[in-house]
Amino acid sequence: MLSHDPLSRVLFIDLARRRSWVETRPELFDPNLNGGLGGAGAGIRLLEEECPAGTDPLSPENPIILAIGPLVGHYPLASKTVAMFKSPHTGNLGESHAGGRSAVALRMAGYGAIVIRGRSSMPIYLVVEGDDVFFRDASALWGMRNAYTVGTVLRQRESGAGLRSILRIGRAGERGVTYASVITETYRHFGRLGLGAVFGSKQLKALVISGKRNLPVADRRAYRTVYDQLFKAATESELMKKYHEIGTPINVQPLDAIGALPTRNLQSGRFEGAEAISGERLAADYLGRRVACAHCPVACVHLAALRLPYPNDPYFYKTLMLGYDHEPIYAVGSLLGISDPPGMLRIMDETEIQGLDVMSTGVCLAWATEALARGIISLEDTDDVPLAFGNAEAYIAATERITTQPTPFYQALARGVEHAASLYGGSDFALAFGGNEMPGYHTGPGCHLGYLTGARHSHLDSAGYSIDQKAVQKGQELTPEGVAEALLTEERWRQVLASLVVCFFARGIYTPEIVVAALQPIGIEITAQTLHALGTDILQRKHAFKAREGFDVTAVRLPARIWETPSPAGPFDADFLQQALLAFDKFSRE
Amino acid sequence: MAKRLSVVDVDRCVGCQACMFACTRRTGEGGLAASCIGIRSAGGIRKGFVVVVCRACANPPCARVCPTNALTFREGGGVRLRAELCIGCGNCVEACPFGAVFWDSEQHKPQICVYCGYCAQYCPYGVIALEEIESQ
Ligand code: SF4
Ligand code: SF4
Repeated sequence: MLSHDPLSRVLFIDLARRRSWVETRPELFDPNLNGGLGGAGAGIRLLEEECPAGTDPLSPENPIILAIGPLVGHYPLASKTVAMFKSPHTGNLGESHAGGRSAVALRMAGYGAIVIRGRSSMPIYLVVEGDDVFFRDASALWGMRNAYTVGTVLRQRESGAGLRSILRIGRAGERGVTYASVITETYRHFGRLGLGAVFGSKQLKALVISGKRNLPVADRRAYRTVYDQLFKAATESELMKKYHEIGTPINVQPLDAIGALPTRNLQSGRFEGAEAISGERLAADYLGRRVACAHCPVACVHLAALRLPYPNDPYFYKTLMLGYDHEPIYAVGSLLGISDPPGMLRIMDETEIQGLDVMSTGVCLAWATEALARGIISLEDTDDVPLAFGNAEAYIAATERITTQPTPFYQALARGVEHAASLYGGSDFALAFGGNEMPGYHTGPGCHLGYLTGARHSHLDSAGYSIDQKAVQKGQELTPEGVAEALLTEERWRQVLASLVVCFFARGIYTPEIVVAALQPIGIEITAQTLHALGTDILQRKHAFKAREGFDVTAVRLPARIWETPSPAGPFDADFLQQALLAFDKFSRE
Repeated sequence: MAKRLSVVDVDRCVGCQACMFACTRRTGEGGLAASCIGIRSAGGIRKGFVVVVCRACANPPCARVCPTNALTFREGGGVRLRAELCIGCGNCVEACPFGAVFWDSEQHKPQICVYCGYCAQYCPYGVIALEEIESQ
């Protein structure tokens, strides 16, 4: 890495003492110095240093780590920021990735990572403008009902328009809902695993980051050549086209067609309303604008324009602009049996207003609906909200109650479906994996094993759905060992991409060869082999952290619903899953 | 004929900043500090974007307020910067109603578009284009 690259600077902020300082840590980012590569690799190393064993996730001792990698600001699609923390949702490794402008803003401010320690004695927000760090009073922003408003206020109050990122939480984060999100640039999120609650526990309402600088290049000619290659691939190749046109909801109808679209709390893999909430239909009837993360020509962020009349005021309308993707459509669409787009979009809007992870919210509500129907809980528990599949009004009301928690039931639900089911029963249909709620694929054992084994319990860890789908296409039978090995191989390589903070949608473009070629002009000489070794090392570190905090992949809870509801990759059972988990555990130690 | 960068259709802008990065890459470096084009949201991303570029005025206010003639009129419209004459007073920045005179905070000098069109080659959506200035 070039010695004058500001990436090696780590900004430390101590909220308790209202102090900040910079440490130069090239080894976290330069793979030729002890094996760091930025992003997830830097993040897990900082977490090892900052988070002692047994830390209470909502205590001042839990750090917030934000890290980026060397390609940011140099190349397109290196646009993610990796957050590392201990998750209040699972009580274990917390890792969440967000797009938007945060990665470029962090790079332009002149840092490779930010570490936030301690707890403020009053609500504050932080402003990082290049070298300057300001602690600002957020007591007037605390408790605001609508998280959108927080963004509007900060946008007007702070400088750096066009060059800044505004990370903020809603009331869910303030109140410690363990799946509260951090919202960035209105439409992107550190959604999963409760970073919002960690912000809230520190009385940290928001973080504004901005800066502007040039970044050094070692070989200018090669830099431009590789840039053009990547840019061309991103804008012209078929690989990115699906994200660009319809966006991620292009998956809704194909998944439904094969019976892999989780519907009504996964009582089925097919949804009769799939067409109505599909990407194609939303694009035709609602798409109002497409926007991009910073330095991404693909622009996969799709915003729906929803025009709503005021029922009792003729000629009064409001037009909401709402981001939609496959996962929110699954979570508050098919999983809740909602087939009217306005209803679905309004539930999504409510999760944004509260600052909740939409996937966890959808899964919690789907379980609660079934629990109510089975008499496990009563209307008294739901505060008289008549939860029923298809009833959008009820879900909007319940979403707000996850934040306000008027009954002990909502207090339990605010800690996730695994926790709620442990108190009320109904674990067999509580769709959580390693404590994290299910993503939107029911393709077969591969996807579920991916959720179970992935370091973040996310579909993005190892893309198990793609293992299932390939097997179906080729007519192959899956074996427990085969699935385990495929998952591990994919997850290891993804550590490299997550360290470079390349968007996973660009994984087909950023091949090992291109990564090597892209790093060379900016002063990092490395081989594909070393990159693979780094990926293995980073994943091992994550597994070690998780083991230290009590996670055992062979003892993870398996909800029976996942094998009771048929999936396209054929029948499987608990035994199959158990064998695969054992195999995964064994292979990951090798 | 003199050329300038024009905003063809701002409503197609997705805010990707590919143009901004291109303008700095023109100099051979990464990042954004040398960029003479700015993209920002029109009051939150939901409202779309504003594209800030030099429109190569026929009678440029920025050149008129420069006390050292570091900014000279370009034939056909727009200005040229002679950095060796610039004293970094920032009058030009104030004078441009579009905010299209950017600032190099290391050298304390303005950064003004040179109408090369490099950025437009990287706009995936045809928002900006290099065009000939029609004589007025
Ligand atoms: S025309 Fe050239 S100098 Fe002007 S903004 Fe575009 S790249 Fe920069
Ligand atoms: S490259 Fe085009 S679409 Fe992207 S920000 Fe610039 S003008 Fe907008």
